Amino acid sequence: MTSAAPAAGVHSLYGGGIASWLTTVDHKRVGVLYGVTALFYFVVGGIEALIIRLQLAAPESTLVGADTFNQLFTMHGTTMVFLVLMPLAAAMFNYLVPLMIGARDVAFPRLNAFSYWTFLFGSILLNVSFFTGGAPDAGWFGYANLTSEQYNPGMGIDFWLLSLQIMGIASIAAGVNFTVTILNMRAPGMSLMRMPLFVWMTLVVQVLILLAFPVITVGLVFLMFDRFFGTHFYIPAAGGTPILWQHLFWIFGHPEVYILILPSFGIVSDVLPTFARKPLFGRPFVIFSGLAIGFLGFGVWSHHMFTTGMGPIADTAFALGTFLIAIPTGVKIFNWIGTIWGGHVVFRTPLYFAVGMVSMFIIGGLSGIMHASPPVDWQQHDSYFVVAHLHYVFFGGTVMGLFAGIYYWWPKVTGRMLSERLGKAHFWLTMIGMNVTFFPMHFLGMDGMPRRIYTYAAGMGWDQWNLVATIGAFVIALGMLLFYVNAVRSLRSGPPAPADPWDAATLEWSMSSPPPEYNFAVVPEVHSARPLWLYKYGPTRDTSTHTREEGTPSQPDAPPARIDLPSPSWWPLLAAAGMGVMGSGALIGLPVVLLGAGLLVTGVFLWAFQPLERPGHPVFGPASSEGR
Amino acid sequence: MPRPAVRRRVPALVRALLPAFALLAAGCAETGWSTFEPASDVARMILVPYSDLLWWTIGIFVVVEATLLFALWRYRRREGDPDVPEQVHGHTFVEIGWTIAPAVVLFFIAIPTIRTIFATQGDPPQRDPLEIVVTGHQWWWEFEYPEMGITTANELHLPRGRTARLTLTSVDVIHSFWVPRMGGKRDLNPGSENTLWFTPDSVGEYHGHCAELCGTSHANMRFRVFVHEPADFAAWADGLAAKAAPDSAGFHAFLISGCAACHAIAGTPAQGRLGPELTGFGDRTTIAAGIYPNEPDLLAGWLRSPDSMKPGALMPDLNLTEERIRELVAFLEGL
Repeated sequence: MTSAAPAAGVHSLYGGGIASWLTTVDHKRVGVLYGVTALFYFVVGGIEALIIRLQLAAPESTLVGADTFNQLFTMHGTTMVFLVLMPLAAAMFNYLVPLMIGARDVAFPRLNAFSYWTFLFGSILLNVSFFTGGAPDAGWFGYANLTSEQYNPGMGIDFWLLSLQIMGIASIAAGVNFTVTILNMRAPGMSLMRMPLFVWMTLVVQVLILLAFPVITVGLVFLMFDRFFGTHFYIPAAGGTPILWQHLFWIFGHPEVYILILPSFGIVSDVLPTFARKPLFGRPFVIFSGLAIGFLGFGVWSHHMFTTGMGPIADTAFALGTFLIAIPTGVKIFNWIGTIWGGHVVFRTPLYFAVGMVSMFIIGGLSGIMHASPPVDWQQHDSYFVVAHLHYVFFGGTVMGLFAGIYYWWPKVTGRMLSERLGKAHFWLTMIGMNVTFFPMHFLGMDGMPRRIYTYAAGMGWDQWNLVATIGAFVIALGMLLFYVNAVRSLRSGPPAPADPWDAATLEWSMSSPPPEYNFAVVPEVHSARPLWLYKYGPTRDTSTHTREEGTPSQPDAPPARIDLPSPSWWPLLAAAGMGVMGSGALIGLPVVLLGAGLLVTGVFLWAFQPLERPGHPVFGPASSEGR
Repeated sequence: MPRPAVRRRVPALVRALLPAFALLAAGCAETGWSTFEPASDVARMILVPYSDLLWWTIGIFVVVEATLLFALWRYRRREGDPDVPEQVHGHTFVEIGWTIAPAVVLFFIAIPTIRTIFATQGDPPQRDPLEIVVTGHQWWWEFEYPEMGITTANELHLPRGRTARLTLTSVDVIHSFWVPRMGGKRDLNPGSENTLWFTPDSVGEYHGHCAELCGTSHANMRFRVFVHEPADFAAWADGLAAKAAPDSAGFHAFLISGCAACHAIAGTPAQGRLGPELTGFGDRTTIAAGIYPNEPDLLAGWLRSPDSMKPGALMPDLNLTEERIRELVAFLEGL
């Protein structure tokens, strides 16, 4: 990815050696690190999925054993949720939010670097488990008491609970950072209601992270105490209750679903208007629907627990709450269609993926309404129907939406265009592949096939749909391969990207591709939700009180006044490494924990007392020579 | 009560189409598993909101996707279009309309949902249900009939037309009881009890499966439900209760092999409770929690090496001689 510096050589955004990447505090470089890491783990999680599908292609297959299979689906789920979808969205939050709100960087640049490195060490710790006697095998949801020392004596669950706690710290730190950034660092005139939808959904997601991650952290700490120190939070024989874990997990887990889907909602809400060449239909309704989804998302967790025997009152309450979420979700979908309606739709790859996201998410949303009804859920829960549902939401919704974003912002990030031909081939293979893979799973679930089984008997009527699903998985894999080919080709020899390749409306397109290190040569002034469009095309009905002159023009090539940027720092990396060492120390021995704690404290101490700008910090603009 | 309710609430056309959907789902095969082939009152009651929802969602899917595709086709950019289309920002009445419309649909979905929630939980309509205690084990099922004093494993026998009320619990981790054609699933939680009732209405053999991940051999935790005419059920239960004392030479082999540490046979000193009850074992159709037919070769294989027949099986490899295995197979099949 680092070879993407533009031919013009105007600046050195991605230049510099390894050390410059290890010490970077630039939100754009941190975003690239998140993105590259997530796309790497996407391959890992994808290979896990392909092995799962190969094992299930035929009844009574012996490709992998029961234990390996349980590890594979646990790691597939954990990887895709925590190591792919969240960091891929984080890559876009990092790279784009400051550019979209007219900020120089995030509020806390070093905390941002710390978030990334903490996430990276947590993710490595999780995957190390494969080489130390077995990965976690109790599902990504890790239901107690299957995770107890008695029923799961290996170290897999320890790796799982430690790495999730470490990655939770990364997410919470990023949540603070982005909430503060969005609330405090907007350019003059960028009121909340003028923020791009992607920024809005980022804000909602950060609030959800801040409220939801502490809950799973508490659940994981209980589990850690049960396993390491002999407490009995989840041990029924000693008076503990396994159901407690389910409540804690899903109070986190259901908002987590929205943490995963809302970034894609935001992306689609920005991509569709660009390619329909029209403003987002019903903008305030789309914004408040996103807020409503986030809010309601905290009151429905027990719809994951309808089969635990909660009784008719709780069943009814959680069913009605879940039904309610369908309303704001429907409003969003209708407004997306309203955005296309009456537009001049330009069919470029980002639009394909955005439309793919809308059309596939509809399926996932509708099947979700089905198991919002408890009696229906009693039949569908833990069957392949739910596997179909969640993949229409996470693959059809989140992954498609994230790819819409990747194709949309790739030129901005890399300064290169992607191939439209390969992009569209990628889209069609993905679209066909996902439907061939996941649609038959509805039928399997209706036919009574339970989830998480490594084998099934022949003659159940499940054979042919399982084979079809496996074939579909390889079609998806082929599509994804084309994406990676496209990406590498673009970085090597893609045509240079102009500043505004899609004729878009928001601030990130007002600067060169890729942006200069300092983002904005002149802090922009904003008078419209579509500042660049207002400048390019003049006032429209919503902006009738404005003049074209109040639009935000493209950025000048060089800053007219001096700009100071924060210095790189090693200390966030050191502090994060300390957490990684502490986590592995929990499995090695107390001295290693103490060593990690020492590194963490040292890192935080040095970081706290290090001035943000030190001699030699990056300076741009006419007075730059004096600054150095 | 529930059956007429189905007839009233599900339109004839929908009822006519449901089997077609089930057939598609089954890949045109009779499976004995499909949630669309109900064989109990509860399964039929669940099918009311299920089919309501299925048709609502299919209808909404068709309308919304068709509108989306039409909009894309109709409003694609064409030669000669002006630079930008009319910049429409929204329409308040349209927004109000498509906020209210889903709320109305949800209201119609919520009514049968809530009705079924209350009708299927709490006390069953029949006064005198057949009480059964279901206990989950890694990875097999224990079925105890307290009123008849009999216990069996992995094969649940029920009389047609009499409500079965199951008390569900687990000795180790969480399991979930699911017989798709008898109705929904309910969890077996260690340390607490759940109840689930249903009234089988068709004689036959039905498949069941553990639906909650419960460890290595979760996939191998299956069971069968046999629904009999009431007289046949009574005969089965009486037969199990009155099993003659087993052959003493074989029982000696059973004892000295250590089997009694974990297994029970009614009417003998073998009263182990860790493994499945073996009373009436010879009459069962399957072994190892429904994963193999009950045949001497397979049973011998099981005794030789349980773990290779069922990964993670908690029954230890007892290092039995071939001679001993032959004796035990003959003994067990005679139970």
